[in-house]
Order: sequence, then C-alpha cells, then structure tokens
Amino acid sequence: MGVTTMHGRQIHVDSEGFLTEYDEWDEDLAKVLAQNIGIELTDEHMAVIRFLRRDFRTQGETATTRRVQTAGGVSTKEQFVLFPKKPAKKMAYIAGLPKPHGCV
Amino acid sequence: MAVNRLRPVLSADEWTITIVDPGQTHYYQPGFLFIPFGTYRPDEVVKPTARYIPRGVELLTARVDHVDAETDRVVLDDGRALAYDQLVIATGTSPRPEATPGMAEAMGGDVHEFYTLAGATRLADKLRGWTGGRLVVHVCEMPIKCPVAPLEFAFLAEAFFTDKGMRDRVEIVYVTPLEGAFTKPVSSRYLAGMLADRGIALEADFMIESVDATARKIISFDEREIGYDLLVTVPVNMGADYVARSGLGDDLNYVPVDPATLLAVGHDNIFAVGDASNIPASKAGSVAHFSMDHFTHNFVRHVQGLDMDDPFDGHANCFIETGHGKGMLIDFNYETQPLRGKYPVPGVGPFSLLKESSLNHWGKVMFGWVYWNVLLPGRKVPLPSRMSMAGKQQES
Repeated sequence: MGVTTMHGRQIHVDSEGFLTEYDEWDEDLAKVLAQNIGIELTDEHMAVIRFLRRDFRTQGETATTRRVQTAGGVSTKEQFVLFPKKPAKKMAYIAGLPKPHGCV
Repeated sequence: MAVNRLRPVLSADEWTITIVDPGQTHYYQPGFLFIPFGTYRPDEVVKPTARYIPRGVELLTARVDHVDAETDRVVLDDGRALAYDQLVIATGTSPRPEATPGMAEAMGGDVHEFYTLAGATRLADKLRGWTGGRLVVHVCEMPIKCPVAPLEFAFLAEAFFTDKGMRDRVEIVYVTPLEGAFTKPVSSRYLAGMLADRGIALEADFMIESVDATARKIISFDEREIGYDLLVTVPVNMGADYVARSGLGDDLNYVPVDPATLLAVGHDNIFAVGDASNIPASKAGSVAHFSMDHFTHNFVRHVQGLDMDDPFDGHANCFIETGHGKGMLIDFNYETQPLRGKYPVPGVGPFSLLKESSLNHWGKVMFGWVYWNVLLPGRKVPLPSRMSMAGKQQES
C-alpha cells in the first residue's frame, strides 16, 4: 500500500498501482490511468468502465471478464479489442478498483 | 462431511437431516489425476455414498429442480417439495466443456479431460497407445476445482513419458489464463522454475475462445493459436445449474456467501459449503475440510440465535505431485500466499512447504486412506484448522 500523486492530487494505491479507495476516483483520473497503460479512452471504453464502477458498488468486488459479458453486455472478444492482452486487469486499473481475485 | 459433523451436535428430537444427492456413488476425486497414468484403477476411487452417511440422516436419491428461498422449500424434479428450516448447499462445481465453442464435440478424440472419472479413464486409454507429438495441458478459465491439478498433470506426464523412454518424442506446453504458472507470486515463481527445469513450455495469459478440432489448435480471444496433437484441458468449471435456476448463484453458479461464516448473502437460513460458494479461496478439499470446524460451531450458534463467532480464514493445504516419486506441499489462506517453510511443526516438518521431497509425495499417497477413513466420516484430524505463520519464511 502507498500514496502516489496523480492528476495533481494524492491517490492511495496498492503495490501494483491499483487504487485502494473507491471514492478517490473520477472520470478525469480514469483518463490519466488509461494513458499510464497506453490506452486512449473512447466512449466504448467509458461505457465498460462505468459498468465496472456501478457493479462494484452493488457486488462489492470487481467484475470478471465473464461478468462484463453477461451482466455488462460487452462480449469478451470486444473487451480484448478495447483493453488488449489483459482486459480484466486493465479494466480494473482504469476503473480504480481492486484487481479481480486471482482465484487460487 | 457436513452431516457427519452436524448430526452428533444437533439434537435428534429437534432436528431431522436429509441429504439430496442425484447419485449413489461417492468419488475420491483427488484420485482422478492418477488414473490417466495407470497409478490408480477406476474402481479404486469409488464407494457407495450410503456407507458414509451416519445414523439419523435420510439419504434421498433425487435431483433438485430448484430452491424456493421465499417459501423455504427444495423442489425436486419429480415435483416433490421438501420444506427446510436450514439449507446447506454442497453441490460443488463441475467441468463444462460445452461452455467453450468446439470443445464438447471434440472430446474423446485428440481432446481430453481428467476432471470426471469417465474422462480420466478415456485419457488413460489414449496415453497408453499414444506415440508422441505435442501435448498441450490447458486451463480454460479460473476458478477451477483443485487449481494445482493441471500443473501436477504436466509434471506427471513429463515423468510418465520419461519412464516410457519416449520423452524426446513429446513436446509439452502448459497453457493458462493466469499471468504465470500459478496465482500468487512466490509459488508462481517456484512452479514456473519447475516447469522450465522439466523442459515444459509455459504459455500464460491465454484466454481460450474456441477449439478447432479439425486443424487441431486452440484459439484465444486475442487471436493467438496453439497447435496440439493431444490436448488435455480443464474445461470451464461451474456450480450446479439448480443454483442458477433458484436465483442463488453468481455468473458461474456459485453462491455468494460471507467468507467468514459461509452464510449466503441476503439469506438467513441458507449456507453454501465446499466448492459451491464464491469464497476467494481454492476450490479444494482441504478448504472444505478446514472450513468444517468453523462451520459446525457457527451453524449450531446460528440456529440458537447466537452470533457466529468463529470466522473461517480460508485455510488451504495442497499436496502437489511433481513426478519421479516426489511432491510438494503448499499452505495458505485468504490473506497469506503460499510460502516456503515446514509443516505442520515449525522448523521440523516433516513436510516441506513449496519445495520438492519424497516425503511430500508419500503424504499425498497416504491421503487417500485418510480421506475415506478420517475426513469423510467427520473424524477430527490432529491439525489446526486455522493457518499458522509459524515455520513459514517471508518473501514476496
């Protein structure tokens, strides 16, 4: 756990840079987070990110790629196009949510 | 295990217990891994369920259509309904080859699985006559039951082909949706090293989209392709379908529960134990076992209207067969990843954590006896159910 400065303010993050405080996130910060991992946010990206934020509030955990498909209506294939290589991790990072469970 | 623990502590005057099970056979599922290599015979892993049900418990052979949580009834597929005061869901998880396009119809040819007795037996026949080529050991999606099993399969296959004198004719590739060989950093690093030592290639971050059985390749969502001569896959694992039909499950039919008490979220009289819940722990027999100590205590308090004051910590303890008569052991929980050290006595062992030894292998072999004679009948094992940091070496 640590504190970093992003977008001119202090943000709490874990050792891998995922935000640890739900309320420290806003959509401007999402743009910065996305740039950090080489993604330029479009409306399609933001629709997924907003779903993840809403879903976290009701479910208490970060949606998996399967859940983004079934409950969020964005196919896994599309998620891979929007957030290449590691969609689950990248979506969580940009949405300011914990990394989805490794599921040991 | 749950009824064997609960029956003695629930008064027979106040409580009847009924088990609904569609089958009449209990499987020693940890044994399935060894069947493809001829170490176990299929008849060594099955026993009649009835033999393990204590007196004072009714065993009903029937299929559940759905649970009506509003009226506290379990509705069977023949229309009968069973009323309950408390419901314990223990229907585990099962492999679903049909969840991946092209997989189910390819099963049995060059595509196999070992998570069912039938699949493991078919794979034994296949391996006996196989002349070599590219073996791909593959995991579709996490979580899966016994997450170390596919790694063990790769290690055992390497030893099997070496013993048969045909290792030079077999290329082994381990394909996983995870970032590395395993989930948590320290064990993932050690296990990746062990794959490399054995000449097993690792292909990580591979999320399968489909199987092309004609071209003999698997294709990922980001359009990577891996060819195979023999594919041994762990299909998507899901909880029971009646859980979904009852509106009690998540996207994979697992029941969301409080991880400390296993009480279903939003319900006061439904618990989910073993692999059936969504707790962030391994779907492993050891987790089911360790959780039982806490569950029994908490359940008895809950039905008396008292607080459930003995939280489960997600303790898991898994033997990993590594081939050539050796094995290793990992010990971890919700918070602590698998680390190196000694178990169960700090500094002494006799088992070594996250390190190969012959003794660890014998621990796994002996576990078969322990399972049928100690665990299933609900007898206490002289091991603490809560994980201990004593005897573990910190590293990250």
